[in-house]
Amino acid sequence: MSGLPVTEADLHAYVDGLLLPTRRVDIEDYLATHPEEFQRVNAFRAQNDALHAYFDSVLYEPLPGRLSGADTPHRSPWWLRIAAGMVIALVSGLGGWFAHSPKTTDTQVAQSATTELLPAVHQSTLAHEAAIAHVVYSPDSSHPVEIGADQEEQLVSWITKRLGSDVHPPKLAKLGYELIGGRLLPGQRGPVAQFMYHDATGQRLTLYVSTEQTQNKDTGFRFAQEGPVNVFYWIDGKFGYALSAGTDKAELARIASAVYEQLEHRP
Amino acid sequence: MPDGPTQLLSCIPRLRRYARALMGSRMEADDLVQDTIERGWRRMATWRRGSDMRVWLFGIMHNLHVDHLRKPVLSIEPLDENTPVPPVNPTQTARLEIRDLETALQQLPGEQRSVLLLVALEEMTYDEVAAALDIPLGTVMSRLSRGREKLRALMEGSTMASPLKVVK
Repeated sequence: MSGLPVTEADLHAYVDGLLLPTRRVDIEDYLATHPEEFQRVNAFRAQNDALHAYFDSVLYEPLPGRLSGADTPHRSPWWLRIAAGMVIALVSGLGGWFAHSPKTTDTQVAQSATTELLPAVHQSTLAHEAAIAHVVYSPDSSHPVEIGADQEEQLVSWITKRLGSDVHPPKLAKLGYELIGGRLLPGQRGPVAQFMYHDATGQRLTLYVSTEQTQNKDTGFRFAQEGPVNVFYWIDGKFGYALSAGTDKAELARIASAVYEQLEHRP
Repeated sequence: MPDGPTQLLSCIPRLRRYARALMGSRMEADDLVQDTIERGWRRMATWRRGSDMRVWLFGIMHNLHVDHLRKPVLSIEPLDENTPVPPVNPTQTARLEIRDLETALQQLPGEQRSVLLLVALEEMTYDEVAAALDIPLGTVMSRLSRGREKLRALMEGSTMASPLKVVK
């Protein structure tokens, strides 16, 4: 026992579990001989419990559209409003083409000629939307996907049906990435799909698939960086693909090549 | 440690829980959360990497909330088919509803409510609360003490009225 006088602050810290064990024993001794204080402390503890019981359910509510992505009439989603500010950063960050790094020269990257300078806004929108979808869903520990990889068949048929095109998640196990599952998201003109993968360390990777690229010409691989998220994206017919992750560019290029190859050689 | 934007997004559920308890209204609470995320996102560069994102964000939310309270304007909300119908409290039951924790909470002075919620619900240390609200530690402690006493009085006063509820 320390013999230090027990203060009001001590009692609150006791309630909130913020005391060192030795001091806690002091307070318990004190409370044993001060029934009124003991009652107060119990009432305060009950308040803490009641507040959690009453409000913790908010933690598990699905986020309303304007906080997560989908639009509502009340206010536009936060990320859309921010997006307006980010377009400039994006365009300047794009800096044109993804230059071959030594690690990727041997990949079968579909590199269209060399020249035309990017930022066709439509195309960079693909990267931008994919990056936003990545940062919104990939940190989610409880609901990262709508349908899990354990129901892959169902996932594929659902997404194929909603997108109106045959869309399969590529297999990336050889590269160390396993499918977690997928979800549908609102695109600019209709649904788009997001497949999520993770590696053994928990690093998440998302592949965003849009079927809305009829306005855009095919492209080779392009690279965009949106804050912490690196994105490789390309357009192939009406399909737009964007692969997003927090991993470095070379690693992501390697995965993007594998994805591209699988999509290309699919029967 | 996750980067700034990831941490920011992962704080959203906690910001919502606190805002809901602070404001009482779901719509207003989510407005406050939305404003907080936007301001946090724009000011990400001012967040000191490695410091506690949560304390920083709750500080932003607190300042927005205080600014909002200072504005002497009526809040205007567009009505459409998605607008929830406001709950109606018939006056004869209003007294009984004081039992409701949420009602009692709304009767606390705002400065006590903030401190109590950050401590009890958000489980911040007293130093973290002082940093988030930008007030001295002593003020945190006195507001916490007064807030808890007042809430206790409100809840106990109402408990005594509870037998009325079963009388038909």
